[in-house]
Amino acid sequence: MPKRIITSIQAIGHRVIDSIWRLGRAARFFALVLLKSTTSFLRFSLVIREIYFVGVLSLIIILVSGLFVGMVLGLQGYETLQKYGSESAVGTLVALSLVRELGPVMAALLFASRAGSAITAEIGLMKATEQLSAMAMMAVDPVARVVAPRFWAGVISMPLLAALFSVLGVFGGYLVTVIFIGVDEGSFWSSMQNAVDFRYDIVNGVIKSCFFGVAVTAIAVFEGFDAPPTAEGVSGATTRTVVTSALAILGLDFVLTSFMFRGVD
Amino acid sequence: MSAPLIEIKDLAFSYNTRPILRSVNMTMPRGKVIAIMGGSGSGKTTLLRLIGGEIKPIAGYVKVADQVVHKLSRNDLFKVRRKMGMLFQFGALFTDLSVFDNVAFQIREHTNLPESMIRDLVLMKLHAVGLRGAYHLMPAELSGGMARRVALARSIALDPMLIMYDEPFTGLDPISLSVIGSLIRRLTDALGMTSIVVTHDVQESLRIVDYVYFLADGVIAAHGTPQEVKESVAPFVHQFVHGEEDGPVPFHYPAEAYQEDLRLETHFA
Repeated sequence: MPKRIITSIQAIGHRVIDSIWRLGRAARFFALVLLKSTTSFLRFSLVIREIYFVGVLSLIIILVSGLFVGMVLGLQGYETLQKYGSESAVGTLVALSLVRELGPVMAALLFASRAGSAITAEIGLMKATEQLSAMAMMAVDPVARVVAPRFWAGVISMPLLAALFSVLGVFGGYLVTVIFIGVDEGSFWSSMQNAVDFRYDIVNGVIKSCFFGVAVTAIAVFEGFDAPPTAEGVSGATTRTVVTSALAILGLDFVLTSFMFRGVD
Repeated sequence: MSAPLIEIKDLAFSYNTRPILRSVNMTMPRGKVIAIMGGSGSGKTTLLRLIGGEIKPIAGYVKVADQVVHKLSRNDLFKVRRKMGMLFQFGALFTDLSVFDNVAFQIREHTNLPESMIRDLVLMKLHAVGLRGAYHLMPAELSGGMARRVALARSIALDPMLIMYDEPFTGLDPISLSVIGSLIRRLTDALGMTSIVVTHDVQESLRIVDYVYFLADGVIAAHGTPQEVKESVAPFVHQFVHGEEDGPVPFHYPAEAYQEDLRLETHFA
Protein backbone atom coordinates (compact mmCIF):
# COMPACT_ATOMS: atom_id res chain seq x y z
CA MET A 1 0.00 0.00 0.00
CA PRO A 2 2.65 2.63 0.94
CA LYS A 3 4.47 1.72 -2.27
CA ARG A 4 1.34 2.47 -4.28
CA ILE A 5 0.98 5.83 -2.56
CA ILE A 6 4.62 6.67 -3.29
CA THR A 7 4.12 5.73 -6.96
CA SER A 8 1.03 7.94 -7.16
CA ILE A 9 2.87 10.87 -5.61
CA GLN A 10 5.77 10.29 -7.98
CA ALA A 11 3.39 10.25 -10.94
CA ILE A 12 1.84 13.56 -9.81
CA GLY A 13 5.35 14.99 -9.37
CA HIS A 14 6.33 13.89 -12.88
CA ARG A 15 3.25 15.46 -14.38
CA VAL A 16 3.85 18.75 -12.57
CA ILE A 17 7.52 18.83 -13.61
CA ASP A 18 6.58 17.95 -17.21
CA SER A 19 3.99 20.73 -17.29
CA ILE A 20 6.51 23.27 -15.98
CA TRP A 21 9.08 22.12 -18.56
CA ARG A 22 6.46 22.49 -21.28
CA LEU A 23 5.56 25.97 -20.08
CA GLY A 24 9.25 26.88 -20.22
CA ARG A 25 9.56 25.46 -23.72
CA ALA A 26 6.48 27.41 -24.80
CA ALA A 27 7.92 30.66 -23.40
CA ARG A 28 11.25 30.08 -25.17
CA PHE A 29 9.46 29.21 -28.39
CA PHE A 30 7.34 32.38 -28.16
CA ALA A 31 10.51 34.47 -27.69
CA LEU A 32 12.08 32.68 -30.68
CA VAL A 33 9.06 33.44 -32.86
CA LEU A 34 9.30 37.14 -31.96
CA LEU A 35 13.04 37.14 -32.65
CA LYS A 36 12.58 35.49 -36.03
CA SER A 37 9.77 37.77 -37.14
CA THR A 38 11.95 40.01 -39.30
CA THR A 39 11.36 37.82 -42.37
CA SER A 40 7.60 38.14 -41.90
CA PHE A 41 7.79 41.91 -42.16
CA LEU A 42 10.44 42.03 -44.88
CA ARG A 43 8.42 39.59 -46.98
CA PHE A 44 4.94 40.66 -45.98
CA SER A 45 3.41 38.61 -48.80
CA LEU A 46 4.02 35.53 -46.61
CA VAL A 47 1.83 37.06 -43.88
CA ILE A 48 -0.83 38.17 -46.37
CA ARG A 49 -1.10 34.61 -47.69
CA GLU A 50 -1.68 33.33 -44.17
CA ILE A 51 -4.17 36.14 -43.40
CA TYR A 52 -6.23 34.70 -46.23
CA PHE A 53 -6.17 31.22 -44.66
CA VAL A 54 -6.72 32.18 -41.02
CA GLY A 55 -8.67 35.42 -41.47
CA VAL A 56 -10.61 35.47 -44.71
CA LEU A 57 -11.62 31.81 -44.50
CA SER A 58 -12.89 32.40 -40.93
CA LEU A 59 -15.17 35.22 -42.10
CA ILE A 60 -18.27 33.13 -42.74
CA ILE A 61 -18.40 31.54 -39.29
CA ILE A 62 -17.59 34.87 -37.60
CA LEU A 63 -20.16 36.91 -39.56
CA VAL A 64 -22.99 34.39 -39.26
CA SER A 65 -22.33 33.84 -35.54
CA GLY A 66 -22.15 37.61 -34.96
CA LEU A 67 -25.49 38.10 -36.67
CA PHE A 68 -27.23 35.42 -34.61
CA VAL A 69 -25.68 36.51 -31.30
CA GLY A 70 -26.84 40.09 -32.01
CA MET A 71 -30.34 38.86 -32.86
CA VAL A 72 -30.59 36.85 -29.64
CA LEU A 73 -29.25 39.77 -27.61
CA GLY A 74 -31.85 42.07 -29.17
CA LEU A 75 -34.64 39.63 -28.45
CA GLN A 76 -33.63 38.90 -24.86
CA GLY A 77 -32.81 42.55 -24.17
CA TYR A 78 -36.16 43.73 -25.49
CA GLU A 79 -37.99 41.04 -23.48
CA THR A 80 -36.48 42.27 -20.21
CA LEU A 81 -36.31 46.01 -20.87
CA GLN A 82 -39.88 46.37 -22.05
CA LYS A 83 -41.06 45.24 -18.58
CA TYR A 84 -39.60 48.50 -17.26
CA GLY A 85 -40.65 50.55 -20.27
CA SER A 86 -37.05 51.08 -21.33
CA GLU A 87 -37.11 49.19 -24.60
CA SER A 88 -35.45 52.17 -26.31
CA ALA A 89 -32.26 51.25 -24.36
CA VAL A 90 -32.01 47.94 -26.21
CA GLY A 91 -29.56 49.50 -28.68
CA THR A 92 -27.25 50.38 -25.80
CA LEU A 93 -27.49 46.89 -24.36
CA VAL A 94 -26.71 45.21 -27.66
CA ALA A 95 -23.81 47.51 -28.55
CA LEU A 96 -22.14 47.51 -25.12
CA SER A 97 -22.43 43.74 -24.69
CA LEU A 98 -20.89 43.22 -28.09
CA VAL A 99 -18.03 45.71 -28.18
CA ARG A 100 -16.95 45.16 -24.57
CA GLU A 101 -17.37 41.41 -24.16
CA LEU A 102 -19.13 39.20 -26.64
CA GLY A 103 -17.42 40.51 -29.75
CA PRO A 104 -13.82 39.91 -28.63
CA VAL A 105 -14.55 36.76 -26.60
CA MET A 106 -16.90 34.97 -28.98
CA ALA A 107 -14.83 35.87 -32.03
CA ALA A 108 -11.69 34.59 -30.28
CA LEU A 109 -13.38 31.32 -29.26
CA LEU A 110 -14.59 30.78 -32.82
CA PHE A 111 -11.21 31.80 -34.20
CA ALA A 112 -9.48 29.26 -31.92
CA SER A 113 -11.71 26.44 -33.13
CA ARG A 114 -11.64 27.40 -36.81
CA ALA A 115 -8.18 28.85 -37.45
CA GLY A 116 -6.17 27.87 -34.33
CA SER A 117 -6.89 24.18 -34.79
CA ALA A 118 -6.07 24.45 -38.53
CA ILE A 119 -2.71 26.13 -37.78
CA THR A 120 -1.80 23.41 -35.25
CA ALA A 121 -2.81 20.58 -37.56
CA GLU A 122 -0.95 22.07 -40.52
CA ILE A 123 2.32 22.69 -38.64
CA GLY A 124 2.01 19.32 -36.84
CA LEU A 125 1.53 17.47 -40.12
CA MET A 126 4.40 19.35 -41.75
CA LYS A 127 6.54 18.12 -38.87
CA ALA A 128 5.24 14.54 -39.08
CA THR A 129 5.91 14.37 -42.83
CA GLU A 130 9.43 15.78 -42.37
CA GLN A 131 8.62 18.97 -44.32
CA LEU A 132 10.02 21.11 -41.49
CA SER A 133 13.21 19.03 -41.35
CA ALA A 134 13.51 19.26 -45.14
CA MET A 135 13.18 23.03 -44.90
CA ALA A 136 15.84 23.25 -42.19
CA MET A 137 18.14 21.07 -44.30
CA MET A 138 17.65 23.55 -47.14
CA ALA A 139 19.03 26.23 -44.79
CA VAL A 140 15.61 27.85 -44.42
CA ASP A 141 14.55 28.38 -40.81
CA PRO A 142 11.08 26.83 -40.31
CA VAL A 143 10.32 29.15 -37.40
CA ALA A 144 10.96 32.22 -39.55
CA ARG A 145 9.38 30.82 -42.73
CA VAL A 146 6.42 28.79 -41.44
CA VAL A 147 5.65 29.75 -37.84
CA ALA A 148 6.19 33.54 -37.67
CA PRO A 149 3.99 34.43 -40.70
CA ARG A 150 1.14 32.34 -39.27
CA PHE A 151 1.56 33.94 -35.86
CA TRP A 152 1.42 37.50 -37.21
CA ALA A 153 -1.44 36.65 -39.56
CA GLY A 154 -3.45 35.49 -36.52
CA VAL A 155 -2.51 38.56 -34.47
CA ILE A 156 -3.57 40.90 -37.30
CA SER A 157 -6.75 39.01 -38.20
CA MET A 158 -8.16 38.63 -34.68
CA PRO A 159 -9.10 42.28 -33.92
CA LEU A 160 -10.53 42.70 -37.42
CA LEU A 161 -12.66 39.59 -37.04
CA ALA A 162 -13.83 40.71 -33.59
CA ALA A 163 -14.78 44.12 -35.01
CA LEU A 164 -16.76 42.48 -37.82
CA PHE A 165 -18.44 40.19 -35.29
CA SER A 166 -19.60 43.24 -33.32
CA VAL A 167 -20.76 45.08 -36.43
CA LEU A 168 -22.83 42.13 -37.59
CA GLY A 169 -24.10 41.67 -34.02
CA VAL A 170 -25.34 45.27 -33.85
CA PHE A 171 -26.98 44.77 -37.23
CA GLY A 172 -28.63 41.55 -35.96
CA GLY A 173 -29.95 43.42 -32.91
CA TYR A 174 -31.27 46.19 -35.16
CA LEU A 175 -32.93 43.66 -37.43
CA VAL A 176 -34.84 41.96 -34.61
CA THR A 177 -35.75 44.93 -32.42
CA VAL A 178 -36.35 47.68 -35.00
CA ILE A 179 -37.43 45.83 -38.13
CA PHE A 180 -39.29 42.87 -36.63
CA ILE A 181 -40.50 44.09 -33.21
CA GLY A 182 -40.89 47.75 -34.12
CA VAL A 183 -38.75 49.58 -31.53
CA ASP A 184 -38.24 53.19 -32.58
CA GLU A 185 -35.27 53.40 -34.91
CA GLY A 186 -34.19 56.85 -33.77
CA SER A 187 -34.09 55.90 -30.10
CA PHE A 188 -32.30 52.63 -30.91
CA TRP A 189 -29.40 54.41 -32.60
CA SER A 190 -29.30 57.56 -30.44
CA SER A 191 -29.24 55.64 -27.16
CA MET A 192 -26.41 53.55 -28.59
CA GLN A 193 -24.55 56.66 -29.75
CA ASN A 194 -24.87 58.30 -26.33
CA ALA A 195 -23.83 55.27 -24.32
CA VAL A 196 -20.93 53.86 -26.31
CA ASP A 197 -17.67 55.68 -25.70
CA PHE A 198 -14.97 55.29 -28.33
CA ARG A 199 -11.99 55.18 -25.97
CA TYR A 200 -13.61 53.41 -23.04
CA ASP A 201 -15.66 50.79 -24.87
CA ILE A 202 -14.45 50.32 -28.42
CA VAL A 203 -10.70 50.74 -27.91
CA ASN A 204 -10.78 48.50 -24.83
CA GLY A 205 -12.62 45.87 -26.87
CA VAL A 206 -9.98 46.07 -29.59
CA ILE A 207 -7.18 45.81 -27.00
CA LYS A 208 -8.85 42.68 -25.62
CA SER A 209 -9.06 41.06 -29.04
CA CYS A 210 -5.37 41.87 -29.67
CA PHE A 211 -4.46 40.01 -26.48
CA PHE A 212 -6.69 37.10 -27.49
CA GLY A 213 -5.13 37.04 -30.95
CA VAL A 214 -1.62 36.76 -29.49
CA ALA A 215 -2.71 34.08 -27.01
CA VAL A 216 -4.63 31.91 -29.49
CA THR A 217 -2.04 31.97 -32.27
CA ALA A 218 0.89 31.55 -29.88
CA ILE A 219 -0.81 28.46 -28.42
CA ALA A 220 -1.69 27.15 -31.90
CA VAL A 221 1.79 27.47 -33.39
CA PHE A 222 3.49 26.08 -30.29
CA GLU A 223 1.19 23.06 -30.10
CA GLY A 224 1.79 22.35 -33.79
CA PHE A 225 5.55 22.69 -33.54
CA ASP A 226 5.74 20.67 -30.32
CA ALA A 227 3.38 17.90 -31.49
CA PRO A 228 4.79 14.36 -31.53
CA PRO A 229 5.20 13.45 -35.22
CA THR A 230 2.44 10.84 -35.27
CA ALA A 231 -1.28 10.80 -36.10
CA GLU A 232 -2.23 10.67 -32.40
CA GLY A 233 0.33 13.36 -31.62
CA VAL A 234 -1.18 15.79 -34.13
CA SER A 235 -4.78 15.05 -33.12
CA GLY A 236 -3.89 15.49 -29.44
CA ALA A 237 -2.14 18.79 -30.18
CA THR A 238 -5.16 20.06 -32.14
CA THR A 239 -7.49 19.27 -29.24
CA ARG A 240 -5.10 20.93 -26.79
CA THR A 241 -5.04 24.07 -28.93
CA VAL A 242 -8.82 24.46 -28.74
CA VAL A 243 -9.06 23.63 -25.02
CA THR A 244 -6.07 25.70 -23.90
CA SER A 245 -7.08 28.63 -26.09
CA ALA A 246 -10.62 28.65 -24.70
CA LEU A 247 -9.32 28.65 -21.13
CA ALA A 248 -6.72 31.30 -21.93
CA ILE A 249 -9.32 33.54 -23.60
CA LEU A 250 -11.76 33.32 -20.68
CA GLY A 251 -9.03 33.74 -18.06
CA LEU A 252 -7.46 36.68 -19.88
CA ASP A 253 -10.89 38.22 -20.38
CA PHE A 254 -11.47 38.34 -16.64
CA VAL A 255 -8.04 39.84 -15.97
CA LEU A 256 -8.38 42.45 -18.73
CA THR A 257 -11.95 43.33 -17.77
CA SER A 258 -10.94 43.86 -14.16
CA PHE A 259 -8.26 46.30 -15.31
CA MET A 260 -10.40 48.08 -17.90
CA PHE A 261 -13.89 48.30 -16.43
CA ARG A 262 -13.92 48.90 -12.71
CA GLY A 263 -17.25 50.70 -12.46
CA VAL A 264 -15.63 54.14 -11.87
CA ASP A 265 -17.16 55.68 -14.96
CA MET B 1 44.34 12.91 -54.35
CA SER B 2 42.11 15.79 -53.17
CA ALA B 3 41.01 16.06 -49.53
CA PRO B 4 37.87 14.06 -48.72
CA LEU B 5 34.60 16.00 -48.64
CA ILE B 6 33.52 14.31 -45.43
CA GLU B 7 35.67 13.06 -42.61
CA ILE B 8 34.11 11.32 -39.62
CA LYS B 9 36.36 10.66 -36.67
CA ASP B 10 35.57 8.66 -33.49
CA LEU B 11 31.94 9.72 -33.77
CA ALA B 12 29.64 8.72 -30.90
CA PHE B 13 26.02 9.56 -30.24
CA SER B 14 23.35 8.37 -27.82
CA TYR B 15 19.66 9.10 -27.29
CA ASN B 16 19.37 9.75 -23.54
CA THR B 17 21.44 6.85 -22.23
CA ARG B 18 20.91 4.51 -25.20
CA PRO B 19 24.06 4.45 -27.35
CA ILE B 20 23.34 4.63 -31.09
CA LEU B 21 26.81 5.20 -32.56
CA ARG B 22 30.10 4.27 -30.93
CA SER B 23 33.39 5.40 -32.39
CA VAL B 24 32.55 5.56 -36.10
CA ASN B 25 35.32 6.51 -38.54
CA MET B 26 34.73 7.18 -42.25
CA THR B 27 36.11 9.22 -45.10
CA MET B 28 34.06 10.10 -48.13
CA PRO B 29 35.86 11.43 -51.19
CA ARG B 30 34.36 13.92 -53.63
CA GLY B 31 32.45 12.68 -56.66
CA LYS B 32 31.62 9.24 -55.25
CA VAL B 33 28.42 7.43 -54.29
CA ILE B 34 28.77 5.88 -50.86
CA ALA B 35 26.23 3.51 -49.35
CA ILE B 36 25.63 3.11 -45.63
CA MET B 37 23.87 -0.15 -44.90
CA GLY B 38 22.72 -1.85 -41.76
CA GLY B 39 19.66 -3.25 -40.06
CA SER B 40 16.82 -1.10 -38.75
CA GLY B 41 17.92 0.88 -35.72
CA SER B 42 21.61 0.53 -36.51
CA GLY B 43 22.09 4.31 -36.54
CA LYS B 44 22.17 4.99 -40.30
CA THR B 45 19.69 7.84 -40.29
CA THR B 46 21.27 9.22 -37.10
CA LEU B 47 24.55 9.38 -38.98
CA LEU B 48 22.92 11.48 -41.74
CA ARG B 49 21.42 13.80 -39.13
CA LEU B 50 24.86 14.22 -37.57
CA ILE B 51 26.39 15.06 -40.96
CA GLY B 52 23.61 17.59 -41.58
CA GLY B 53 24.16 19.15 -38.14
CA GLU B 54 20.59 18.44 -36.98
CA ILE B 55 21.97 16.78 -33.83
CA LYS B 56 25.29 17.04 -32.03
CA PRO B 57 27.62 14.13 -31.22
CA ILE B 58 28.66 13.30 -27.67
CA ALA B 59 32.19 12.54 -28.86
CA GLY B 60 34.21 12.79 -32.06
CA TYR B 61 33.31 14.98 -35.01
CA VAL B 62 32.01 15.21 -38.57
CA LYS B 63 33.96 17.46 -40.92
CA VAL B 64 32.26 18.65 -44.10
CA ALA B 65 34.57 20.52 -46.48
CA ASP B 66 37.07 20.93 -43.62
CA GLN B 67 34.54 22.42 -41.23
CA VAL B 68 33.59 20.65 -38.00
CA VAL B 69 29.80 20.61 -38.29
CA HIS B 70 28.77 20.62 -34.61
CA LYS B 71 31.05 23.55 -33.79
CA LEU B 72 29.54 25.83 -36.43
CA SER B 73 27.32 28.74 -35.41
CA ARG B 74 23.73 28.56 -36.68
CA ASN B 75 24.48 31.01 -39.49
CA ASP B 76 27.60 29.12 -40.57
CA LEU B 77 25.74 25.80 -40.37
CA PHE B 78 23.04 27.21 -42.67
CA LYS B 79 25.79 28.38 -45.06
CA VAL B 80 27.16 24.82 -45.20
CA ARG B 81 23.63 23.42 -45.63
CA ARG B 82 23.13 25.55 -48.73
CA LYS B 83 25.73 23.30 -50.34
CA MET B 84 23.98 20.14 -49.13
CA GLY B 85 20.86 18.40 -50.32
CA MET B 86 18.83 15.81 -48.53
CA LEU B 87 16.30 13.41 -49.95
CA PHE B 88 13.93 12.22 -47.23
CA GLN B 89 12.44 8.75 -47.15
CA PHE B 90 9.08 9.76 -48.62
CA GLY B 91 10.23 12.92 -50.37
CA ALA B 92 8.95 15.43 -47.77
CA LEU B 93 7.59 17.67 -50.53
CA PHE B 94 5.77 20.81 -49.38
CA THR B 95 2.18 19.73 -49.81
CA ASP B 96 0.83 23.27 -50.26
CA LEU B 97 3.17 24.01 -53.19
CA SER B 98 3.08 22.67 -56.75
CA VAL B 99 5.91 20.55 -58.18
CA PHE B 100 7.33 23.69 -59.83
CA ASP B 101 7.20 25.74 -56.62
CA ASN B 102 8.74 22.89 -54.62
CA VAL B 103 11.78 22.82 -56.89
CA ALA B 104 11.90 26.63 -57.03
CA PHE B 105 11.63 26.94 -53.23
CA GLN B 106 15.32 26.93 -52.40
CA ILE B 107 16.27 29.09 -55.40
CA ARG B 108 13.72 31.73 -54.38
CA GLU B 109 14.79 31.60 -50.72
CA HIS B 110 18.53 31.89 -51.31
CA THR B 111 18.98 33.85 -54.52
CA ASN B 112 17.66 37.02 -56.13
CA LEU B 113 17.36 35.52 -59.60
CA PRO B 114 14.61 36.87 -61.85
CA GLU B 115 11.51 34.72 -62.20
CA SER B 116 12.26 33.97 -65.88
CA MET B 117 15.63 32.47 -64.94
CA ILE B 118 14.11 30.53 -62.02
CA ARG B 119 11.60 29.09 -64.50
CA ASP B 120 14.37 27.87 -66.80
CA LEU B 121 16.40 26.41 -63.91
CA VAL B 122 13.41 24.58 -62.44
CA LEU B 123 12.44 23.11 -65.81
CA MET B 124 16.05 21.96 -66.34
CA LYS B 125 16.12 20.24 -62.94
CA LEU B 126 12.74 18.62 -63.59
CA HIS B 127 13.93 17.54 -67.04
CA ALA B 128 16.93 15.83 -65.42
CA VAL B 129 14.57 13.63 -63.40
CA GLY B 130 12.17 13.16 -66.33
CA LEU B 131 9.28 15.14 -64.86
CA ARG B 132 9.33 18.42 -66.80
CA GLY B 133 5.80 17.68 -67.97
CA ALA B 134 4.55 17.34 -64.38
CA TYR B 135 5.59 20.81 -63.24
CA HIS B 136 2.01 21.94 -62.67
CA LEU B 137 0.90 18.97 -60.55
CA MET B 138 0.44 19.09 -56.78
CA PRO B 139 2.33 16.57 -54.57
CA ALA B 140 -0.93 14.74 -53.78
CA GLU B 141 -1.26 13.91 -57.48
CA LEU B 142 2.14 12.17 -57.69
CA SER B 143 2.97 8.50 -57.23
CA GLY B 144 5.59 7.53 -54.61
CA GLY B 145 8.34 7.23 -57.23
CA MET B 146 7.41 10.52 -58.89
CA ALA B 147 7.36 12.31 -55.52
CA ARG B 148 10.87 11.08 -54.83
CA ARG B 149 12.06 12.21 -58.25
CA VAL B 150 10.62 15.67 -57.62
CA ALA B 151 12.33 15.70 -54.22
CA LEU B 152 15.55 14.73 -55.99
CA ALA B 153 15.12 17.64 -58.43
CA ARG B 154 14.47 19.93 -55.47
CA SER B 155 17.60 18.76 -53.66
CA ILE B 156 19.82 19.48 -56.69
CA ALA B 157 18.22 22.89 -57.31
CA LEU B 158 21.28 24.81 -56.12
CA ASP B 159 23.87 22.30 -57.44
CA PRO B 160 25.03 21.05 -54.02
CA MET B 161 28.38 19.46 -53.30
CA LEU B 162 26.74 16.73 -51.22
CA ILE B 163 23.40 14.92 -51.31
CA MET B 164 22.23 12.58 -48.60
CA TYR B 165 19.53 10.04 -49.41
CA ASP B 166 17.57 8.55 -46.53
CA GLU B 167 16.25 5.18 -47.70
CA PRO B 168 15.46 6.38 -51.24
CA PHE B 169 14.28 2.95 -52.45
CA THR B 170 11.71 2.19 -49.74
CA GLY B 171 8.28 1.23 -51.03
CA LEU B 172 9.05 1.65 -54.73
CA ASP B 173 8.07 -0.67 -57.57
CA PRO B 174 11.01 -2.26 -59.47
CA ILE B 175 10.87 0.28 -62.33
CA SER B 176 10.78 3.35 -60.07
CA LEU B 177 13.49 1.77 -57.91
CA SER B 178 15.77 1.29 -60.87
CA VAL B 179 15.01 4.82 -62.16
CA ILE B 180 15.90 6.40 -58.79
CA GLY B 181 19.08 4.30 -58.56
CA SER B 182 20.22 5.33 -62.03
CA LEU B 183 19.36 8.98 -61.36
CA ILE B 184 21.50 8.98 -58.21
CA ARG B 185 24.46 7.65 -60.15
CA ARG B 186 23.93 9.89 -63.19
CA LEU B 187 23.40 13.10 -61.24
CA THR B 188 26.42 12.42 -59.03
CA ASP B 189 28.63 12.00 -62.09
CA ALA B 190 27.11 14.91 -64.02
CA LEU B 191 27.24 17.43 -61.15
CA GLY B 192 30.49 16.14 -59.64
CA MET B 193 28.93 15.95 -56.20
CA THR B 194 29.19 13.34 -53.44
CA SER B 195 26.20 11.13 -52.63
CA ILE B 196 25.57 9.26 -49.40
CA VAL B 197 22.85 6.65 -49.70
CA VAL B 198 21.41 5.14 -46.56
CA THR B 199 19.61 1.99 -47.63
CA HIS B 200 18.49 -1.57 -46.99
CA ASP B 201 18.36 -2.38 -50.67
CA VAL B 202 21.50 -4.41 -51.21
CA GLN B 203 21.14 -5.36 -54.89
CA GLU B 204 20.22 -1.89 -56.18
CA SER B 205 22.89 -0.17 -54.09
CA LEU B 206 25.68 -2.54 -55.09
CA ARG B 207 24.80 -1.74 -58.71
CA ILE B 208 25.28 2.03 -58.37
CA VAL B 209 27.67 2.80 -55.49
CA ASP B 210 31.45 3.13 -55.29
CA TYR B 211 31.92 2.14 -51.67
CA VAL B 212 29.85 0.52 -48.92
CA TYR B 213 29.93 0.87 -45.13
CA PHE B 214 28.00 -1.60 -42.96
CA LEU B 215 26.80 -0.33 -39.60
CA ALA B 216 25.90 -2.73 -36.82
CA ASP B 217 25.57 -2.08 -33.08
CA GLY B 218 26.78 1.48 -33.56
CA VAL B 219 30.11 0.59 -35.16
CA ILE B 220 31.29 -0.07 -38.70
CA ALA B 221 31.06 -3.83 -39.02
CA ALA B 222 32.58 -3.96 -42.51
CA HIS B 223 33.37 -1.78 -45.49
CA GLY B 224 34.63 -2.15 -49.04
CA THR B 225 33.87 -1.76 -52.72
CA PRO B 226 30.75 -3.50 -54.10
CA GLN B 227 32.96 -6.25 -55.53
CA GLU B 228 34.67 -6.83 -52.15
CA VAL B 229 31.29 -6.86 -50.42
CA LYS B 230 29.87 -9.45 -52.83
CA GLU B 231 32.86 -11.71 -52.31
CA SER B 232 33.11 -11.16 -48.55
CA VAL B 233 32.99 -14.20 -46.28
CA ALA B 234 32.63 -12.10 -43.12
CA PRO B 235 29.57 -13.57 -41.36
CA PHE B 236 27.72 -10.26 -40.92
CA VAL B 237 28.25 -9.08 -44.50
CA HIS B 238 27.32 -12.50 -45.85
CA GLN B 239 24.11 -12.60 -43.81
CA PHE B 240 23.13 -9.06 -44.86
CA VAL B 241 23.97 -9.34 -48.55
CA HIS B 242 22.22 -12.70 -48.90
CA GLY B 243 19.34 -11.85 -46.59
CA GLU B 244 19.82 -14.88 -44.35
CA GLU B 245 17.35 -15.22 -41.50
CA ASP B 246 19.79 -16.07 -38.74
CA GLY B 247 23.45 -15.30 -38.18
CA PRO B 248 25.39 -12.62 -36.32
CA VAL B 249 22.10 -10.64 -36.39
CA PRO B 250 19.87 -13.08 -34.49
CA PHE B 251 16.32 -13.92 -35.52
CA HIS B 252 15.10 -13.75 -31.93
CA TYR B 253 14.96 -10.55 -29.92
CA PRO B 254 16.75 -11.17 -26.58
CA ALA B 255 14.28 -12.76 -24.14
CA GLU B 256 13.98 -15.03 -21.12
CA ALA B 257 14.48 -18.76 -21.75
CA TYR B 258 11.55 -20.02 -23.87
CA GLN B 259 10.54 -22.74 -21.40
CA GLU B 260 10.62 -20.29 -18.52
CA ASP B 261 8.44 -17.81 -20.42
CA LEU B 262 5.84 -20.49 -21.13
CA ARG B 263 6.06 -21.56 -17.47
CA LEU B 264 6.41 -25.15 -18.58
CA GLU B 265 8.25 -26.20 -15.43
CA THR B 266 5.63 -24.67 -13.12
CA HIS B 267 2.72 -26.27 -14.91
CA PHE B 268 4.15 -29.73 -15.44
CA ALA B 269 6.28 -30.11 -12.35
